[in-house]
Amino acid sequence: MQTLTLYADGCLTILLKGELDHCAAQDAMQSIEELVEEYLPRRCVLDLSGLTFMDSSGIAVILKADRLLRQSGASLALERPPQQVRKVLEVAGLTQVIPLCGETEEECEPC
Amino acid sequence: MLNYQNYIKLEFPAKSVNEGFARAAVAAFASQLDPTLGEIGDIKTAVSEAVTNAVVHAYPEKLGMVMLRVRILPDERLEIVVKDHGVGIPDVEKAKTPLYTTGGEERSGMGFTIMESFMDTVKVKSAPGKGTTVTMCRRIRKRV
Repeated sequence: MQTLTLYADGCLTILLKGELDHCAAQDAMQSIEELVEEYLPRRCVLDLSGLTFMDSSGIAVILKADRLLRQSGASLALERPPQQVRKVLEVAGLTQVIPLCGETEEECEPC
Repeated sequence: MLNYQNYIKLEFPAKSVNEGFARAAVAAFASQLDPTLGEIGDIKTAVSEAVTNAVVHAYPEKLGMVMLRVRILPDERLEIVVKDHGVGIPDVEKAKTPLYTTGGEERSGMGFTIMESFMDTVKVKSAPGKGTTVTMCRRIRKRV
């Protein structure tokens, strides 16, 4: 599990790469937490296009990131999930509570 | 007469690092049924959830083993059994409740919900002190 970041105008994009499962979840949570504390963004986008697999542990990572950002007055959005990841997000109901960029652009502008 | 066409049986320590191995092994075995990428994704996800449950919950005091058996049954049905000999689940119906978890913050409580959504059938047999067996089936339809 790797992360790549892009920051511009208060918006932090975090690209997640690799497999996001229980084994990788702790490291992913820690990386996101450290990046949010470092950049203090107004808005954060998790770019999921680099994920080759995600299970419900990824749901826990995303929900924790959402809580963390809300506590600091910022918002979270998701971007470009592959098919398998999208299905996990949909079954968990996450797409109803966290905006998915690239599909409903009127509601969610990417960074 | 045997009522399966092929099978594999694996046993590995309940370590988190083996979750990826387990789902990759099942996906490789299932490929002989010529599944779609979507079906393979569903199967890998369900296996990951069941194995992760065993890794996280079955052996709080020691390192135990997880048994994984995959069979191809008649009518192109793939049967996956994930079994542990751990502490068991006191209340299976409660454990299946969406968002309910006794795991750490890296668990979301959506494991059984995802297994049930991604597979045709999911059966859970468990009792305190007697381990847990999760049996899941998914039919892989022939493509024309």
